[in-house]
Amino acid sequence: MADDPVIHIEHLFKQYETVAGPVPVLKDIGLSIKAAEFIAIMGPSGSGKSTFMNILGCLDVPTSGTYVLNGKDVGQLGKDELARLRNDVIGFVFQGFNLLPRANLLDNVALPLVYCGVEKTERLERANAVLEKVGLGSYGKSRPNQISGGQQQRVAIARALINRPRLILADEPTGNLDTKTSREIMDIFSQLNQDDGITIVVVTHEPDIASYAKRLVHFVDGRVTHDGEVLRQVMVEERS
Amino acid sequence: MIGPMLSEAWYAMRANGLRTFLTMLGMMIGVGAVVLMTAIGQGAQYMVDQSIAAMGSNLFIVLSGSTTSGGVRTGGGAAPTLTMADADALAGLPTISAVAPTQPGSAQVVYGPNNWSTGVTGTLPSYLEVRAWQLTAGYPFTDSDVRSATRVALLGQTVVKNLFADDDPIGKTIRIRQSPFVVVGVLAAKGQNLNGQDQDDTILIPLTTAQRKLFGSQFPGTVRYIMVQATSAQSMPAAQKEMTQLLRQRHRIREGADADFDVRNLTAVANTAAETSRVMTMMLGAIASISLLVGGIGIMNIMLVSVTERTREIGIRVAIGARERDIRMQFLLEAIIISVVGCFIGVLLGAGGAVLVNLFAQMAAVITLSSIVVAFLVAAGVGVFFGFYPANKAARLNPIDALRYQ
Repeated sequence: MADDPVIHIEHLFKQYETVAGPVPVLKDIGLSIKAAEFIAIMGPSGSGKSTFMNILGCLDVPTSGTYVLNGKDVGQLGKDELARLRNDVIGFVFQGFNLLPRANLLDNVALPLVYCGVEKTERLERANAVLEKVGLGSYGKSRPNQISGGQQQRVAIARALINRPRLILADEPTGNLDTKTSREIMDIFSQLNQDDGITIVVVTHEPDIASYAKRLVHFVDGRVTHDGEVLRQVMVEERS
Repeated sequence: MIGPMLSEAWYAMRANGLRTFLTMLGMMIGVGAVVLMTAIGQGAQYMVDQSIAAMGSNLFIVLSGSTTSGGVRTGGGAAPTLTMADADALAGLPTISAVAPTQPGSAQVVYGPNNWSTGVTGTLPSYLEVRAWQLTAGYPFTDSDVRSATRVALLGQTVVKNLFADDDPIGKTIRIRQSPFVVVGVLAAKGQNLNGQDQDDTILIPLTTAQRKLFGSQFPGTVRYIMVQATSAQSMPAAQKEMTQLLRQRHRIREGADADFDVRNLTAVANTAAETSRVMTMMLGAIASISLLVGGIGIMNIMLVSVTERTREIGIRVAIGARERDIRMQFLLEAIIISVVGCFIGVLLGAGGAVLVNLFAQMAAVITLSSIVVAFLVAAGVGVFFGFYPANKAARLNPIDALRYQ
């Protein structure tokens, strides 16, 4: 099990139906991600990386092709089973943090546990533990608007971690943060990757951020144009 | 699952306190109106039922006919066509359980320094049974009182109040048109009849005493009218037919000629009144239900706004593992809470209104448990019905679009 790939994708296509006819977004993607990999996904706007992330996160389904996540063929699963995967296999971290503004940090972090029926005391204990892990143990009763952006992103990471996922999907996690804070956030990801063996997939525009990863996947026009080492050259192309 | 959802709903409702209150207000007014209106309707029905019960059940009145003298016709009851023998004959019919021939009149009544003008009715002891009239003190007069035409009287509450004030009337002697009568009993209060007449302003005396000693009569042995009670409500049509036949026979009235008497079904009048008040209750309830409907639409409206406002939140929840049914349940629960809490307050308002009506208006308002239970069920139903569409809309949102929603 541990040697099985966390993600295995073959001949994956995605197209959107529009009034003007079908628009292909992903064209014949094949990709395998093993446990405890740290992958950066780069590519220009419109290259299909966001769509790819949505499919990885089981928020969207491919038009054709197979996607096996954690040993399960996602194409065969119903809506509730997909929700279950999002709940306990995947942790999401978004560019805009996406915390619930009304709830305090503990409740925000504990929210995924509500959807898998964990009792309140255990929810709060576990939420407290992961908040401490991201260095915000004493902020549990604060609300998202009372803390900084970097702290909010830490809370979002804590929320992603709470159900002990195998995979964390981070879509531009540092897009709203300054350089110093960005590094702190990426350090947390590195640590989770090394210490806990969590597979991490980060979408980013910034070479500095991508350089934290061990493997770079580059998308251009719906195809993978590079899959391998984190190469400066590829990242420079990205800039140009 | 339901615990955290309740607190979510509470947070969401508190975050938009005024809006939630205004939405609830719609439900409160709706439910309050339903409860109050049905209470007023039930009150009217209760009063009618009381009047019917007070009048006596399954009643007929057989009136003697009118006279024609020089082309001038008198009203019904004026001709001396009904006799004691008629009454005895009617009592022999199988569909009839009691008969009370009656000779009414009015007289000035005196006790000590007080005097009072009231209706004096000569009748048989069966009259009390027919009219379902209880005594609060003393005893009724008996058949032997009737046979020997003794001067005894039963007093209605209004007469007692006017003649005796606080004294105990039993055993006292009053004067009716100068003749002394011993008060043997006091009638229970009946209140007003459907025409608003005070039924307690009356004196009952033995029929023979009234005929021979009080009013006198040019036609001995005749009575003005006969109260008749049928054995059951079902036997009333048959009873009416049999009585008419029997009396036509006894009075030797030819086929096709007008009868010299009139059999009237008193219960029919009362039943019409009861039916009217029932219809009124339903109509009031129906009109009030419209406001409940409007309240429900208000809930739907606000829930739709709420779903739109919280699109991003829904996206977040879906991304971290909420199923469609979790999202649906969350919004449905919110709608149900708004309507049920609104309903609860509405019931209190309606009940309070009913108490005020009872206190300050000349009306009875009766709150029944069933009307409250129905209001609650309807409110919960309204919450589910009008909450379902918005909740479903929320559950069906595309999470990708929802997460991108600003």
